[in-house]
Amino acid sequence: MKIKAVIQNNIVSVKMLIPHPMETGRRKEQNGVIVPAHYITEVTATCKGETVFHAELGPGVSKDPYLAFQFDGAKAGDALKVTWVDNKGGSETAEAAITAI
Amino acid sequence: MSISRRNFCKTLAGSAASVAVLAAMPGTLLAKWSEKAFMADKLDDAIAAKFGSLPIEDSTAILIKAPEIAENGAFVPVTVSTTIPGVTNISLFTPANFSPLVASIDVPSRMKPDVSLRIRMANTSNLIVVAQVGNKLYRATREIKVTIGGCGG
Repeated sequence: MKIKAVIQNNIVSVKMLIPHPMETGRRKEQNGVIVPAHYITEVTATCKGETVFHAELGPGVSKDPYLAFQFDGAKAGDALKVTWVDNKGGSETAEAAITAI
Repeated sequence: MSISRRNFCKTLAGSAASVAVLAAMPGTLLAKWSEKAFMADKLDDAIAAKFGSLPIEDSTAILIKAPEIAENGAFVPVTVSTTIPGVTNISLFTPANFSPLVASIDVPSRMKPDVSLRIRMANTSNLIVVAQVGNKLYRATREIKVTIGGCGG
């Protein structure tokens, strides 16, 4: 997953891109077999142990989810930790340092 | 390394503060994935499963930025923001999809009520954004025309 966190005027803008198939469970392969549902259900971002973003996603979110949000109360150099989990128990955690513009 | 009294007190105060913050966080922030709301196949059921029977009011203070015509329903870029103070949750619904609830975003105190994401839309449909403030819900609606459906059907 890619995370970009930039601070400007004390507001941190976060953009992230999570490679994930986000299968809805309704798509069929060419041979007619339904591809089982496989999608991210939760994305959480924390900064210094405090939750600054928490989203619940469903199969209606596009493949390779892109998410952007803003928060305050951080400074350049602080670490932003992002964790996602999917409906099959898969998960990933990544960290990015907040950079000044 | 010796522990000075000053540092010890600082650490203690710090951890006490974080415990207080955790305790003050509303339950929704720690709640598990809202399976019932995501599995609901009708808009009203999804809203009821997510928010219960809270009163809903249309609001012009919720801004939806989205294309008027989306060429590809598999990737519809959407930005939602609001100027309503004290918003704790922003949820996006598209009634034409098999599961109308697309995403439900909690807004912790440090987060700005402004999010962007890309969603799937099966057909031309309304995008309905519901923002929760305490025990009230605010709603904004925007039609998005879809040329090619995005749900692989």
